[in-house]
Amino acid sequence: MPQTIGVPKETWAGEKRVATVPEVVEKLIKLGFRVAVESGAGDAANFSDESYRTVGAQILDSAAGLWAQADIVFKVGVPTAEEVGLMHEGQTLITFVWPAQNPELMQQLAARKVTVLAIDALPRTLSRAQKMDALTSQAGVAGYRAVIEAANAFGRFFNGQITAAGKVPPAKVFIAGAGVAGLAAIGTAAALGAIVRANDTRAEVADQVVSLGGEFVKVEYEEEGSGGGGYARVMSEGFQKAQREMYARQAREVDIIITTALIPGKPAPRLITAEMVESMKPGSVIVDMAAERGGNCELTEPGKSVVRHGVTIVGYTDLTSRLAKQSSTLYATNLFRLAEELCKTKDGVINVNMEDEAIRGLTVVKDGTITWPPPAPKLSAAPPAAAAKPAPAPAKGHGHGKGGEPASAKSTAILFAVAVVVFCLIGVNSPPAFLAHLTVFALACFVGYMVVWNVTPALHTPLMSVTNAISSIIAIGALVQIAPPGQEISTGSWILWMAVVAIVLTAVNMFGGFAVTQRMLAMFRK
Amino acid sequence: MSEGMATVSYIGATILFILSLGGLSNPETSRRGNLYGMIGMALAVVATVFGPRVSPAGIGWILGAMAVGGSIGLYAARTVQMTQMPELVALMHSLVGLAAMLVGFASYVNPASSATFTGVEKTIHEAEIYIGILIGAVTFSGSVIAFGKLSGKIGGKPLLLPARHWLNLAGLLVVLWVGRLFLNAHSIPQGMTPLIIMTVIALLFGIHMVMAIGGADMPVVVSMLNSYSGWAAAATGFMLSNDLLIVTGALVGSSGAILSYIMCKAMNRHFISVIAGGFGTGDGAPAAAAGAQPAGEVSPISGVETAELLREAKSVIIVPGYGMAVAQAQHTVFEITKHLREKGVKVRFGIHPVAGRMPGHMNVLLAEAKVPYDIVMEMDEINEDFPDTDVAMVIGANDIVNPAAQDDPSSPIAGMPVLEVWKAHTSVVMKRSMASGYAGVDNPLFYKDNNRMLFGDARKMLDEVLAALRA
Repeated sequence: MPQTIGVPKETWAGEKRVATVPEVVEKLIKLGFRVAVESGAGDAANFSDESYRTVGAQILDSAAGLWAQADIVFKVGVPTAEEVGLMHEGQTLITFVWPAQNPELMQQLAARKVTVLAIDALPRTLSRAQKMDALTSQAGVAGYRAVIEAANAFGRFFNGQITAAGKVPPAKVFIAGAGVAGLAAIGTAAALGAIVRANDTRAEVADQVVSLGGEFVKVEYEEEGSGGGGYARVMSEGFQKAQREMYARQAREVDIIITTALIPGKPAPRLITAEMVESMKPGSVIVDMAAERGGNCELTEPGKSVVRHGVTIVGYTDLTSRLAKQSSTLYATNLFRLAEELCKTKDGVINVNMEDEAIRGLTVVKDGTITWPPPAPKLSAAPPAAAAKPAPAPAKGHGHGKGGEPASAKSTAILFAVAVVVFCLIGVNSPPAFLAHLTVFALACFVGYMVVWNVTPALHTPLMSVTNAISSIIAIGALVQIAPPGQEISTGSWILWMAVVAIVLTAVNMFGGFAVTQRMLAMFRK
Repeated sequence: MSEGMATVSYIGATILFILSLGGLSNPETSRRGNLYGMIGMALAVVATVFGPRVSPAGIGWILGAMAVGGSIGLYAARTVQMTQMPELVALMHSLVGLAAMLVGFASYVNPASSATFTGVEKTIHEAEIYIGILIGAVTFSGSVIAFGKLSGKIGGKPLLLPARHWLNLAGLLVVLWVGRLFLNAHSIPQGMTPLIIMTVIALLFGIHMVMAIGGADMPVVVSMLNSYSGWAAAATGFMLSNDLLIVTGALVGSSGAILSYIMCKAMNRHFISVIAGGFGTGDGAPAAAAGAQPAGEVSPISGVETAELLREAKSVIIVPGYGMAVAQAQHTVFEITKHLREKGVKVRFGIHPVAGRMPGHMNVLLAEAKVPYDIVMEMDEINEDFPDTDVAMVIGANDIVNPAAQDDPSSPIAGMPVLEVWKAHTSVVMKRSMASGYAGVDNPLFYKDNNRMLFGDARKMLDEVLAALRA
């Protein structure tokens, strides 16, 4: 029995997004689901009921009917108390929840005995989860829109031009925070032709900033700001002072500031003070993308665009809704990817597999039990510290299976037993001279083992040719046969001729092997 | 030179050989490492020639033989093409094997060397000769066949005789039985017959073993023969009671063994199954080939369009394979790399451990073409960068970029580590035709949406790409 995915109309004021789009409905149906959409759900994002109907979705008139019929509900906004009231036991809800900020909501949801997957609780460090990362997709849209809002409020061109009417300097844009939104803003502003500078407390994003056409502005203070999960963390007092000086300098120089700085679970950091706003050129623009969480700028008024000291401060909290068609499409695709993970059998029935790390992280309520926060994730990626500074040592252990994986106790024991028996046999029966050679042999094998594991894979061919050359040491065996002291050399002797041939052969190897190795090694250059 | 001086020189040579291998841990120190090897070898040879075991009368002979062999060796080293390195190495292994055989025989017939032993010592000495010749013979004939296969004189397809495992087993039993006869022989002529029988069997075994191994497994074979040549030297060392030979043989032997292990691991194959031979025709394979036929369309692309893609890319990873070596395209690859790097494109190379026909083959080719080694990456270093890469260019490689190794558990190459080129935004595969690789497995990569096929000879196509880039 395939399950029905219900998509209600969003209820928050100003929310124009919709949780699925016609293009994605088709794919969901291919996964085996049935899809029901509330009439008018896509209107604000320019998706008509008709467009949903043509791809096979059922259109329902009332929200109540939809919530009653759906086994799975896809939403964008945090559910309201009314919506929670419409839920029924066994239903699954997939939406933004922000469980840390909404503890009462979590209790209400648990009381309805439902399962809730909070798309914002996705373990973002899991590379497999990137395709489902709605925070990232929405932040990207917001970053783009922030630049567009800035351009709208700004009275000049972004790109520099030399026209018959005179020279126009390019706009200077400073972007605080190079997360996903910040990077999208950098790319967009650079594409419009502005000079873009950006800063982030995480030094490792500098390359990303440059790759998008921005210039990374450093804070002159040594401290690393990666806080895990792809977010920044709170910095020390000394750093903050240096950072404030840098912001003050940028405020005097640039035309547009876009701030995106957020720290999880805390109010947005105050980066731009009233004095900095005052120091900006008249006509400048600040877009504060952190307005919803208090704002990075002291003078931001959330949800509004205001003018203070001649500077337009845009504090819109609905940037994604201002690009509803795009953000809805991306969000719908994220949810579709999640549906794929939930329904691996493609029979239209989801399985909330709590063994799966990504799904475990997303699930905040499971059949009426609160399962948030999840246990600390197993580190599948390298820890951030190592990622920032890749250690050269582990790279060398190429394919070195033996060091890392101890063999099972049983097989080791058998191996030892066999070795003991073999060594006993040798020890009882062998003359001392042989044992001395055997000692040398065994030790040499170990030395060879240690030395050769250190050889870099790039030099494996030279390694082979050099070992080949030194294996012509066998020449010594031939040399001592050719004319042992006390024997006459007779040209009719087999031994002599065999030895001579052996010397010729090994000499080919000896000279050829070293020469060709030399030739190869001379080619390796930086 | 006294006995003591000779021994001390041998110790010095041993240390120099170890330093020589140690130097190869880094390209910076590798040249010095090779120099240590040469000094060590010179020291050992000089100490022997002027040592107590060679009378001055023999020096003329030795110099003559060395001059002949040395000039052949130097000539070969000068003229060899870098793409022919695997052949040269295989050929050199065969020389070591042959020399080990000859030394073994000479040491057996030489009355001076065997008369000193009695009782258990004599048995052990003869066993050492026997084993030394055995390993030498297998190395010799196996390497000759490997040379033939690598140079294309013998077809790459595995030769599979009926009941081949039983044949090998029978050969082993005969060798053991004849060995008993040999040890019980009372005089040298009496021992000669079993020795020659064994040698013939060992030669046949070497031929048969390498004939049964498919072309794709050649890296393993070459490194395995490298290992054998070391063990042959070690056995000779036991035979002559010479510690220098034992140590050197053990170094070379373990080096080859480790390389074989690395190669096997890179192909996710068990060493035994490689040696048993017959890849792609073994037991499990036919069922899999029938099960996984990727469907879809391939999108061809022209050289000019490829150039367009490369020009617009910010980061490019080039994955070379044996096809690049065959087409001698490494210099054009470098020209393209240079051009793109000048334009600010980040170009890197991803090398699979078994790309080419011997370990490290691709690195040597790229080094020959003057590609800086710091942009040439190992598979493990570069695999996670593919998602951030705009264009992944695969030149004459197939199995090492086959996604079936990860996705399709029934594939014959399932579990083999591969370069994840399909994760790049676009991948371009250069190939002559749609034929499958050595493993005989179809490659679903070719049918992916983000993959483009550039059909034709790699060299010619790359020349076109380069011309279009410069235009």
